[in-house]
Parts: sequence; C-alpha cells; structure tokens
Amino acid sequence: MLRTLLSDDTPRSRVLAALLVAVLVGLVVAPFAVSGPRALNTAATICIFVVLVASYDLLLGYSGIVSFAHTMFYGIGAYGVGLALGGMGPTWWALFSGLGLALLVTLVLALAIGLLSLRVRALFFAMITLAVASVFGVLASQLSDFTGGEDGRNFTVPEVLRPGTRFIEAEVLGRAVDGKLLTYYIVLVASVAIFLVLLRVVNSHFGRVLQAIRENDFRAEALGYRTVVYRTLANVIAALAATLAGALMALWLRYVGPKTVLSFEVMTDILLIVVIGGMGRMYGAVIGTVLFVLAQNYLQAGMGQASQALSALPWLAKALHPDRWMLWMGMLFILCVYYFPTGIVGKLRGAGK
Amino acid sequence: MSAVPTPAGGEAIPAASLDIVPLLLVPAVALVMIPFVGSFPAWVTLTIAGLAMGMMIFIMASGLTLVFGLMDVLNFGHGAFIAVGAYAATLVLLPLSGWSGADSVLLNLSAVALAILVAMIATGLVGLVFERLLIRPVYGQHLRQILVTMGGAIVTEQLLGVIWGPDQIPLPIPETLRGAFVLGDVAIEKYRLFAVVVGLAVFLAMFLVLNRTRLGLLIRAGVENRPMVEALGYRIRTLFVGVFVAGSALAGLGGVLWGLYREMLTATLGADVVVMVFIVIIIGGLGSVGGCFIGALLTALVANYAGFLAPKVALASNILLMVAILLWRPAGLYPVGKR
Repeated sequence: MLRTLLSDDTPRSRVLAALLVAVLVGLVVAPFAVSGPRALNTAATICIFVVLVASYDLLLGYSGIVSFAHTMFYGIGAYGVGLALGGMGPTWWALFSGLGLALLVTLVLALAIGLLSLRVRALFFAMITLAVASVFGVLASQLSDFTGGEDGRNFTVPEVLRPGTRFIEAEVLGRAVDGKLLTYYIVLVASVAIFLVLLRVVNSHFGRVLQAIRENDFRAEALGYRTVVYRTLANVIAALAATLAGALMALWLRYVGPKTVLSFEVMTDILLIVVIGGMGRMYGAVIGTVLFVLAQNYLQAGMGQASQALSALPWLAKALHPDRWMLWMGMLFILCVYYFPTGIVGKLRGAGK
Repeated sequence: MSAVPTPAGGEAIPAASLDIVPLLLVPAVALVMIPFVGSFPAWVTLTIAGLAMGMMIFIMASGLTLVFGLMDVLNFGHGAFIAVGAYAATLVLLPLSGWSGADSVLLNLSAVALAILVAMIATGLVGLVFERLLIRPVYGQHLRQILVTMGGAIVTEQLLGVIWGPDQIPLPIPETLRGAFVLGDVAIEKYRLFAVVVGLAVFLAMFLVLNRTRLGLLIRAGVENRPMVEALGYRIRTLFVGVFVAGSALAGLGGVLWGLYREMLTATLGADVVVMVFIVIIIGGLGSVGGCFIGALLTALVANYAGFLAPKVALASNILLMVAILLWRPAGLYPVGKR
C-alpha cells in the first residue's frame, strides 16, 4: 500500500525516511503544536513550496531543462484564483472557474513556449523563459486596473474558509477550529496529493524516458523517442503543478501580488532549494524546502543579532546583515553545484548504502 | 565555405560576407512608423531615443554574444557585470562631482572618460575572477553552467549591496550632457546623442578589430570552427579568456552609460536590462556581433515606438518581435555556422 503510494520510490535511507516522516507528522500536528499565526504561515508555506519545488525538479533534475518561467505559472495560478474570487464574489464556483481558466492559460503558454524553444537546446529555453517571465511580471504590475498593480489584490474566500467561521466554539489544544485551520488542512492534503502524483510521474515509463533524454538526448532520439514531445510534456506537467501551487498560495494568503508570486526572488529561491535539496530526487524538494523556509524565517533573525554583535568589524557586520541573506545562500548554491550535485538527499542515500 | 588562407605578409585578411536584408529592416521599421506616430518631431525624438537605447544595449550584449560564439558559454551573470560597471563609475563620478558639475566641456568629458575607464577595468577584473572560479570548471556542461553563473550573479549583486549599502545611489549626468538641442520643433537630448556616438565608436572598433586584424581573424575562425583553429596550433583558451575579459569590460562600459541614463543605481540595475540583452542576442543569432547590433537597434526602436503608442504593453512588444524574427529566421538574423 505504502509502496504503491510512493510509486516504488522509497527513501532508501533510514535517516531520510525518518526525516520525511518527521516532516509529515510535523506538518499534520503543526497547528496544535505551535501557537500563533506566524508558525502556521510557515507550515503552509512549506507545504506549497514543496509542490512548487518538486514540480521544478521535474524540469531541472529529471529532464535537465532550466526554466526561469516557473514563477510565471505559479503566478498565473495565484492570479487566476485571486482575480476570479475578487471579481465574481466569494463562491466555490468562482474559485474553480478561476482555477480552471488559470490551468488553461498555463497549458497554452507552456505548450507554446515549449514548442517554440525546446526544439533547439537547453540554453535557448532558459533565455526565452527568462524573457517571457520578466515580461509577464511587468505586465502584471502594469495592468493595474485588472491585477491591482504593484499593490496586488486582497479578496475574500468562500465563507467556510474564512477565519471568522468557527466550527466548534471551544478551542482545541489552544487553537481555534476555524476556516483558517480548514484551509490549512486543505493546503496540506492537496500538497501531499500533488507531490505523490509528481512522484508517480517521475517513476513512470515517461519519467525514465525524461532521464534518458537528460543523460543523452541524441541516443534517446535514436532509440525512437521524440525528445521534443517528451520535453514539452514535462514542461506542461511541471507548469500545471506550479499553477496548482499558486492557487493554493492565493487561497491561503487571501491576497495576490507580484512580490509574493511573480518576483525573481521567488524564482531564485526555487532554484536554490532544488539544488540544495538534491536535483533529480523528488524527496530533495521536501527536505530542501523545510530547511530553506525554516532558515529563512528563523535564521535571518539570528543573522541580525550576529551582525549587531560584530559591529566592531563593519565589513563582516554588513555581510551578516539580514538583507544579505542571499549572499550566503548564493555561495552555498555554487558550492552545492560543484561539490554536491546530488544535494542533501543524494548524500543521505549514498551514506545509507 | 572556402578554406581560410594563411595570412602571410601583406595579404588581405578576408572580411565577413554581408547579408543585406536584416540591415534594411532597421530603417524600414523606422520609416513605417512615421504615419503611426503622427507628428514628425515626436517621431525624430522617439527614433533618436531608440537608437541611443539600442546602442547601449548593443554595448552590453556584444561581449555576451561573442563569448557564446567562441566558447559555447552563456554567462547568466552578465547582468551583474553591468551593475558592477555602473557602481564602479560612482567611485569616480561622485568624488569628482566638481569636475562633472563644472562649466567646462573638457572637465565634464574627462570625468566621464575616467569613470568609464575605471568601470571597464573593474568589470574586466571581475570577469577574470568569474571565469577562473566559476566558468572554467564547468565547460561543456550547459546545465551546470547556467546554474553556476546564475549563482555568481546573485553573489555579485549581493556583494554590491555589502560594499555600497542597500540604498539607491543617484548618479547625475555631467553638466555638458544635460538638456537638449532644439532644432525647430525637434528636441534631441544631448545624453542620447552621446550614447549614440559612443555606441557607434564601439561598433566601429569591434568591426575593425574583428575584420581587419589577425586577432579578429582568429576570433572569427574560432567562432566558426573551434577544433580547426586549435589544430592549427592556436591557444584558443587564452584567446577565450581575453574575449571574456573584454566582453565583461564592455558590459561595464554599457553599465556606466545605462546608469547615467537611469540616473539612479540599484543592485538589480543589470538584471533588469539583461532581459533585453538576451532578447537581442537571440534575435541577432547567438554568436553574431553584426546580428547583435541590428537586433539591439530593432528591439530598442520597436520598444520606443510601442512605448509611445501603447505604453502598457511596450515590453511585450520585444517578445512579439522576437517571435516574429524567429519565425522568419529560426536561428536569428545572422545564424552563426554550426548553430
């Protein structure tokens, strides 16, 4: 049963298995184990980013394609749900039609980009996606009548999901049983489901062909696989998953804006997590995301304290300023690409053998 | 393709052949736009602005495309080099604000020239370090190349923040280059004219070096067929490092011009414009300097006209232009050899 659920791709390392179980249990009990909205927010962010990063890993790790348009699809999902709920009122019908429309737009765009640029080579695709994504970002902030511009849009979700809706009057283990809690569990269940589907995809025949193309596209083509078709399909599947992640994010935040879903920072975060967690290893998305999001939320504060303590050494203090967080992440990223191309999960699996 | 003769003695070095159609595209686009823009003075202003922007983008893009053509390396950190150039210019222009603010053409221009020199040296050095540390270990591996240069770009941009602080830095244009010439109804900003002149100078210099010198011949031959040049006994690696450093220095020059144009520096200054640079080198044909020049002018002109006619979708015009060009010539305006 568990094997089927994991598509026969078990962690293959005791430490990794223990970590994964710990993460899952942690996410399930998070609302009751920790208090305050910030901790719950962190937990939800982890869920959604696991999906986003795993879908990106399908491209980067399994297919060897570098795309810079992943946040664009994430943004399409978020804006689709957000604008539909904002424009048509807080109904389930609006939610799902917005989501459907977003998926359709994603499908068309991903197909078009793939067919136009995946014929040539990885480099070309990277450049074109970078261009298209940045134009999309500018459009989203320029067409402010429609999207709310830089400020983004707040909107109301269907009534059951609102924080004001109480299902039980009393608090359970210090947490109000309200719409926000329900939303959290919807996000969690949906994320786990999408992750399992992605795991299924990479372990299917299709996924194996993708890996073959990654290793040697010439040979794969010679074996009779249409590499363009496979790559384009991988791009479409990854984009659709990212759209779903975006929709979940919009539902959770009850807000869409270019900074949270479209900015290039989100894109670099995803890249960093995939590489640090382990390219071509779906579980790397889980471990990488948990570490990264936790570090981002809690370690950055530590950097601030270290920076103040080191005020005698102005250069070091400046380098440790919380705003310089990406400096250290960038260095870690480069080191990972050189010395740990299989990331944390690759290391764990290697040690377990 | 005929065999390249050994350039012995006074024998002329063969020049690259010319394909005229893309060349005509630039004036054609400009002329077609006259009735759409409506008023002639507005059209002149837009065209000059487009040309100036195109020249700046060409300067930034030329190094990138040449490096790619020669060594199959695409540097995603190029945008950070542009920012480094602009920031390095503040080292000269801010302390010498007396020079650039003075009422003397000579002092003004020498301040700018000095800033450009410092910026080019700084970005050249950054390029050298970048090549050694980041690019050399991942030759021939595109995926890791993209990742590593992207990481390098992040680190470089962050280091700019460490050194210069997180705030925006104003970078005023020197006195002489401020304001505009007015000819009848037509106003032409001086700084744009300056950018056009610098851009043309760079293009001419590159053209001469590539087509009239032995070094240029080797570079062109390397772009066309690297193994053959190596087999003839030339160290293409050394050549490549030289081209990479020169390309980085050009990014620095472009960065100074772009920084002065924007008059306000942020660490992401380069990352913002690098998208245009990528579009330009795709349009031009990866590896082609001439194509890069035409592509830069076309992109900037179209962006300016679109910005005037439909400001909100101006940036999308670049993508549409790229798609149109790629449908016409799938490998860019001037496809280079094997690519």
